[in-house]
Amino acid sequence: MARLLGVEIPNDKRIEASLLYIHGIGRTTSLKVLSEAGIDPNIRTGALSDEQIANITHVVQNGKILIEGDLRREQQGHLKRLAQIQCFRGIRHRKGLPCRGQRTKTNARTRKGGKKTVGAVK
Amino acid sequence: MGRSLKKGPFVDQKLLYKIDQMTDSGKKKPIKTWSRRSMITPDFVGHTFLVHNGREHITVYVSENMVGHKLGEFSPTSIFKAHGGLGKK
Repeated sequence: MARLLGVEIPNDKRIEASLLYIHGIGRTTSLKVLSEAGIDPNIRTGALSDEQIANITHVVQNGKILIEGDLRREQQGHLKRLAQIQCFRGIRHRKGLPCRGQRTKTNARTRKGGKKTVGAVK
Repeated sequence: MGRSLKKGPFVDQKLLYKIDQMTDSGKKKPIKTWSRRSMITPDFVGHTFLVHNGREHITVYVSENMVGHKLGEFSPTSIFKAHGGLGKK
């Protein structure tokens, strides 16, 4: 298993697909990074030379792409800001309800979690 | 969908006028408004607003990181009072 940018260790997939295992890198970013590093996206990850891996690392770190912990921390910061200024979205986030105006009379199960029976208890 | 950047932020003219007056007079009195749809711009910072929520005016003190939000976001229009449970009887 190859090790890239700290923790990521995917292998024997094409490098284009392997990069997706990094939190913060999707297909678009993956292809962008590879073209900037001058690497064919079809090479298997295991077949990469050390130099190529260093190249990828370089591109990600210099391209201001937030990944893993940094990305999560930034997202946390956004939520914290929303909650701290007491705006509608902040309150909805705190209560674990959808914050973009979806209905909550029914559905909204992704945010609310599994069904909990309420009321009508004898 | 968001608003086109080309147009810039939307603020009710009436509200802008009120803010300008308040800044000119140098007084710090709350500004009563019904204009929940107005975007908070940097000149709002430091003022206090009374934002209508359909029934009453909620006091909102505008701080720096509220810029870019709308006034209405800080004046909730509905209140959730928990559903009845076992403990209620």
